[in-house]
Order: sequence, then structure tokens, then C-alpha cells
Amino acid sequence: MKFGIVVFPGTWSDRDTHHAVSGVLGQDAEYIWHGDEKLDQFDAIVLPGGFSYGDFLRCGAIARFSPVMEAVTAFAERGGPVIGICNGFQVLCESGLLPGVLMRNDHLEFRCIWTDLRVENSSTIFTSASIEGQTLHIPMSHGEGNYQADADTIKRLEDNGQVVFRYADANGNVTPDINPNGSINNIAGIVNERGNVLGMMPHPEKACEKLIGGDDGNVIFTSIIDNFVQAVV
Amino acid sequence: MTVSQETLDEIALSRAEYEAIVDRLGREPGPLELGLFGALWSEHCGYKHTKALLRTLPSSSERILVAPGAENAGVIDLGDGLAIAMKVESHNHPSAVEPFEGAATGVGGIIRDIFAMGARPIALLNSLRFGQPSDARTRYLLNGVIGGISSYGNCIGIPDVGGEIFFSDTYKGNPLVNAMCVGLIENGKIASASAREPGDLLLLVGADTGRDGIHGASGLASRTFEEQAEMRSAVQVGNPFLEKVLIEACIEALDLPGVVGLQDCGAAGITSAAIEMAERSEMGLQLFVDRVPRREEGMTPYEVMLSESQERMLLAVTAGTESEVFDLFDKWDLDATVIGEFEAGEDVRIFDNGMMVSSTPIITLTDAPRYEFSTPKPDWLTTLQNAELTVVPMPDTTAAEMLLKMLSAPNIASKFPVYRQYDYHVQTNTVIEPGGDAAVLRLKGTKRGIALTTDCNGRICYLDPEVGTAIAVAEACRNLSVTGAEPVALTDGLNFGNPETPDVQFQLTEAIAGMTRAANAFGIPIVSGNASLYNETAGAAIFPTPIIGALGVLDDVEKHSTVGFKAENDVIVLLGSDSAWDTTDGLAGSEYLEFVHGRVEGQPALDLDLEVRVQTVCRDAVRAGLVASAHDLSDGGMATALAECAIIGNIGASVTESPDAGGRWDAAMFGEAQSRILLSVSPDNLDRIKALAHDHDVPLAVIGLVGGDALSFGDNCSVLLSDASDAWKNGFSRATSDRD
Repeated sequence: MKFGIVVFPGTWSDRDTHHAVSGVLGQDAEYIWHGDEKLDQFDAIVLPGGFSYGDFLRCGAIARFSPVMEAVTAFAERGGPVIGICNGFQVLCESGLLPGVLMRNDHLEFRCIWTDLRVENSSTIFTSASIEGQTLHIPMSHGEGNYQADADTIKRLEDNGQVVFRYADANGNVTPDINPNGSINNIAGIVNERGNVLGMMPHPEKACEKLIGGDDGNVIFTSIIDNFVQAVV
Repeated sequence: MTVSQETLDEIALSRAEYEAIVDRLGREPGPLELGLFGALWSEHCGYKHTKALLRTLPSSSERILVAPGAENAGVIDLGDGLAIAMKVESHNHPSAVEPFEGAATGVGGIIRDIFAMGARPIALLNSLRFGQPSDARTRYLLNGVIGGISSYGNCIGIPDVGGEIFFSDTYKGNPLVNAMCVGLIENGKIASASAREPGDLLLLVGADTGRDGIHGASGLASRTFEEQAEMRSAVQVGNPFLEKVLIEACIEALDLPGVVGLQDCGAAGITSAAIEMAERSEMGLQLFVDRVPRREEGMTPYEVMLSESQERMLLAVTAGTESEVFDLFDKWDLDATVIGEFEAGEDVRIFDNGMMVSSTPIITLTDAPRYEFSTPKPDWLTTLQNAELTVVPMPDTTAAEMLLKMLSAPNIASKFPVYRQYDYHVQTNTVIEPGGDAAVLRLKGTKRGIALTTDCNGRICYLDPEVGTAIAVAEACRNLSVTGAEPVALTDGLNFGNPETPDVQFQLTEAIAGMTRAANAFGIPIVSGNASLYNETAGAAIFPTPIIGALGVLDDVEKHSTVGFKAENDVIVLLGSDSAWDTTDGLAGSEYLEFVHGRVEGQPALDLDLEVRVQTVCRDAVRAGLVASAHDLSDGGMATALAECAIIGNIGASVTESPDAGGRWDAAMFGEAQSRILLSVSPDNLDRIKALAHDHDVPLAVIGLVGGDALSFGDNCSVLLSDASDAWKNGFSRATSDRD
């Protein structure tokens, strides 16, 4: 299958994502410049991490107006899988493809640490290769990952099983102590109602090989690939 | 003479230097020319007090592709078409004035030096020095510097994988902020900061030019200053987003056939960058200052030439191909402007709206005066070295209490609270993360890896600049060797006080001699360097701090070693000594002596021959897979190193013999004798380790066992691992939190 990796000025996880899906998992991958408007040739779109437009104004606030985002919105509306990682998650929220906002970390510092994510819903196309309740060891790296939304939205996300990942300890316990950024309900990743758009703050592409500390991130890309293969078959 | 003392002070030139300029030109320089001389003859650009010394450093190696000083950074061959560019740069004075922007632009500047070589930056390290964190202003500086590094480095997508933070009163008014950048050059595509032929165009790309940073090189970096606030306008403001875009665009541009040269625009701005390019190309240059895009109205040619606005690069482009270059930069939304043209000749001619405002032979500008000196050892140093260490009073605490105190010392406690603010995973090459002795990165597409570290103990260099600098080299290499990497190249960041004083002249001369002696012992070159002088406040110089950045190579990156103990019943082995504990001599210049007793004294010692052999044994053992863990002994000595291995491995350890050095458990535990490495090995491998050590004539001691939930040293010291862990993990935050 063919992944399209969107590159905004200031994106830096584009090459890491390319390495994970192509170098490690052997799929086709191509970069998409932020001015491009045609995504027909792709089977999945990744909005990678970084500091698009330097995070000026607000994270993701300028990127959402780039031509490629109209195409990404149309791609998602057609049911195509879209995954936004870190800054990509912020762009998805700013674009309205996902609800809620990502605020400054509650302790006001940037955080680069390994996190353990409990899989809350393994029936999505992004998590089908995992087992519910399993933890995935994946690093995060952000200053603005504190997920918040109004009470009704949070209730809807929780009731619909749209909360896909929560920050947990290595044994899967979700506690306030382990919360690295103040996100409500320890939320680390959510999907849209239709289940084809995922936003997550930690970086699965940075956990793609044991040599660099672990390969749990491959679970997410493998799930996307498996579901694509099944759909084609 | 018509020039006023005030004018000379502003550009930090002496009256004698002014007279030398008049002599060379055969006339009085105009105001613009005087600015050019001030910038290029500054210590920062002209290396007036260090050039003669730096020439003596070892610079030959089969691996050197670009020699030190020839380009923006030295380049080392890794084979298979891969090469590494690396360099350290200081931003001490700007960081003392405005810590956030000072540190941020320091990072930005060294990154530009590296991608100017055609390298993709793959790692950053930071070597920082501050006063004691109990001081509120020091905490402000510390937080500002960390914030600036974090803000710039994270945004730009280069992992920050290592470095040091060290506190000592000597740095209170004059913190040190040295940044190191390492870049990877693929397929031998090394760029040069030069033009190819007369007629080549000079393009300025990136940010517009403003009034920021004027006199940064000549003012801030090249003299002492008492009124810091006065110089605030000489600190630049960084834009990491623009630099990130500039990196991508410049690396792409180097693939265009018309782009023949790339140069960083750093200290002394266009003046230094353009004139150095012309000198390197052995050509003359016409510069059209009126074409330089400005941020502000009404800037004079002087201001444009000396502005240190950040995120600017110069390109040399073959005439007629420039439209292709404009298109590329346009794609990245960057401005590119032709601001000059190389020509046959020897002069730099500056034009403003068609009028020539200056014409100067390039050689007169770039060949700055050189000062050589030979200064005897000062008496005060002999007194300090001869201090009797056995008379240091014994502390009135138990050994266990002292261990916890030492583990929580700001210089020893874990710096995780700092480096978790830096992205050290991006680019997905980080095999050993910050917190080990050295960072290890894999090189994608090969089996190989590189190890990186910075090191320097200013206190030891103060007590003996020659031996201290040799120790800095030895310890940097030791940090690499414990991971299994073979040291292949060094870079240095010389941080010293006022070179016009005899003490500092002595320190500089001795430090270079020590660096040379140690680098020769390891058979490795110094590929690049930076000098920051005039680091002092109120007449007191900092400890001489020659920071050493070191690069090592692992042929098989899978075969590396880490610090933490791994398994119950592994045997703990000390390489480099036949007894577990240190002697009173090890107290010289130790962290214990300063932190607990407030003394900086004694004679540091190093047996370089032993050091090289110890490291060889360690590397061979790691590569042969005989080692479960390896850690270098440094600040805080044996007890601290053991505790770190246990805490990081989350498993206890016991040492059979009680710490004692002629009645002193403190010297035994915390003495800092060099050339020692702590290993843990499976009992099955012990004989092979012993044989390896024997083959290389390296002393070795089997000192204890891994296991349990405590650290116990003989009969007189036992500490719960959980208590040791709390002291070490939280010591830094406790020492640096705002209590008032």
C-alpha cells in the first residue's frame, strides 16, 4: 500500500515516518508538499510531527489553511485512513477533523520521555493488530499535548470508544501520577466518529526498531496495512 | 591620530592595532573600514591570542577530509562514502546578558556551521557551566539557557543527545554555553565555502538584516564587560523555524550544479562571511550593500555589514544559473538576493547605491595580528598544588550519609530533569540516550554507529591546566570507550579569561600542550575548534575550561555497552587499579573536596600510557560481548560510579572491602584517580576479562557482586537502593527549584 506523508515547512517527523513505513515495514511512501492538492494516488495519509510554520500563532493553526489540508479533508470524507502524529494531531484538531484542543502541558515544560499507552479500543483500523488493555511503549516529545474538550465532547468520545490510547504505567494502570501533560482522562489518542481519522501525541514512528529502544509503534502502522490488505482482498 | 579612544573601545581594538591598520593601508581607515577591521581583528574572528597555539595541535589523520580551520567545520571520514562534520561553538557572553536568546542563537549558529559543509545535522550536545544554583540569578540563567536550547533544538528537529552541566562559583557572573553539532555527509558531498571563478555571484538567503547583534563579535565576545545590561542590544534573536527551512533549502540547493559554495553568516555577519569566502577563493569581491534586504529603514552600510541577524547564509553561484536557485528558495518561501560578485583581484570593494564606500586589500583584513607569549607558572598555583590533603578534616557524618549527600550534589545528580526538555529521539537513530557516559547513534543503512560526548573539568584544569586538559581528553575518550566505541576525532571549545593577563596566558599555553600530549597518545586529531576568551567578571577569570567534544566509531552498533548493572550475581570488576578504593591523592581537585569542604586544591595526575591501555581493554571486552555493563569513574569517584550503575540498572551491589585510605573512608569512596572503569560481567566471562587485562598489562580488581536492594561497601557503609535512587534522581530538581 502507499502512504502519503505530508510535509509542511517546519515538519521534521516526515523522514522518520518514511523510514518506519517504508524502510522498516516495506510499504511504498511518498512525501506530499503542503501546496499539493491531489491525494488520489495514496491509500493512507500521515500528518507527521514537527513545528509546522514554527508553531506561530498556535500549533497547527496556520497549517490548517494550507492547500493540502482541503485535500486531506476530502480524503477523510471518502473514508481514507488519516493519522496525525503530535503536530499532525494538533493540525487535525485545528482543521475540525477531530474534536478538542491540545493545550500547553500543565507543567509548562517540553517533555521528551518514553510513555506507555494503554490500548482502549482494539477494533479500530489503527489498533486491530493489538489487544485491548495491552500497553505500547512509545516516546512522546511535545510542549503542547494537553488534550482538552468540553464535557459533552469528552462523554461522547468515551461512550463511543473513540478514546484509543491513554497514558498508563507499564502495567496498564491509568493514574494521575503517570499523566505526562495534564490531558483530561489521560487521553493520548482519539479517533473520529467514523473511525478513519486518528490523532495521537506520542510518536509511533520513533518506536520502529528494537535497536532504538523498541518497536511497539509498528503495531499502529501494521494495523493500517492489515486493514488495507483485507479491504483489497 | 583622529580616531577617539571611545571609537576604538566600541570595536575593541587597541591603539597599537589601530596604528598597524594605518600602516598596512598607508592611510587612515574610514569609519566603515574601521568597523570591518574591528570585526575581523576581534578575538572571536581573528584568534589573535590563540592562533599561534592552535597551530601546534595535532591535525593529521588518515580520516581527515577537511582540515581544521580550512572551512566552517572539520570533516572526518567514516568510510563507505560517509563522513562526519563536527564543531563546538560558544555563546557565553550573549547568554550571560540574555540567557534564552543567547543560548538559542548559540545552537542556531553551530548548526549553520555544520550544514554549510553540506552535512545534515544529526546531533546536538551542550556543555554548560553556571555558578552555584543556590543563587537566584544563577537559576534564572540556568532556566533561560535550558529554555533557549529546548526551544531552538526541538523546533528544528535535531536530537539533543548529550553534554554536561557543571556548577561552580567561578562561573557565577560568566556562565558558559557551548554547543556542539555533528552532521552526516553522504556520498562524499562535502561543500566548500568558496567561489569557483571570477564572475560567480554572491547570494544572501534567509532572514532580512536588522540592527540586532551589531558588535556581537567585537564587543560581547572579545572583551570583558561590567555593565551587562548595556550590551543587551548586541544579543541576536533566533527563529528556529526559519533555520529549519533554511537547512532543507540549502541542502537541496547544493544539488544544483550552479551552486558552488555555501557559507554560514555568523559572528561579524556579512563582513566576516563574505570576506572569508573571498579569501578562501583567492579572489576579490564586490559587495553591494544597498541590495541587502533590510528589516529596518535607514540602516547605514556600517550597520548592514556588521549586523549579526540570525538565519542567514551566503551562496556562491555560477553566473547565469541564479534563476534556478531563486526558484528553489521560492519553493521554501525564502528570499534570495544577489549582493555581490567575485572578481579577479585582491580587494573587497563595497558599494552603496553605485558609490564605492570602501576598498581594502582582503589580506590586510584577514591577517589579524598574532600575539605570542611565554609566561611562567604563577606562584599561587604552586601553593595550591602543594596543599597537604591529609589534613582535610574528616566529615562529621557517616559514610552512608555522605554517599546520599554526594549523590544529590547538583554536579552529580541525574540531569534527567534537564534533558527530558530536549528531543533526543527525533531522526530515530538514538541507541544510547542522554544520561549514559556517551550518546550512541546508529547510522541508517550500515551496521555502524557513532558515539558522542563532551567533557571538561574546569576545576582540575585550574589546578593544572596541562594535566587537566589532558584529563579532559582522556575522560572524553573514556566516555566513548565504555560504550565500545573507538575514539577517532576531537573538537575543542576553549573558554578562558582575559588573554592579556599573565595567568590566562599561562593557562592557555599549558592547556594546548596538554591537549596535544593526550590527543597524540590516543593518535587522534583535533578537527575543529572555537575560542571564547575574556570570560571574567570584576577582574576574576573563570576556571580555564577547554571543553573537549569527542567522536567515536562502533563497527557494529549492536555490540555496545551501557551504564546500568544487569543481573544478580554478575561480578563487579574495576579496570585500571588493583584495589577497589582510591587513596588520599585522589582528593586533588575532586568534587567531594569542593562540594563538602569548599576547597579547590591538590595536584591532579594522569598516566596517559595506562589510560590508553585501560580503554583498549574495555573496548575489546565490550566488542567481544564479555561485558554486561561499563561505566567510567569520574566526578564523585568509586562510590558514586557504583551507585549510578546500581540506580540505573535498578539492582543493588555489594563491595567486599571496606572503604579506607589510611584511615579516610572519604578519600577511598570519593577520590577521583583517573584511568578507572567499572565493569559488571557474568561469572562465566571473568577469566576472559582477566586474560585481556593481563595481555595489555592493565591492573584489575574483582571488587564485589551485583544484587540485592542495597548498596553495601564492606562493613561501614550500607544504603538502601531506593534512598540512593531518590537522592540521585531528585537532587538536581531540589537544588535548582526556586525556594524563595
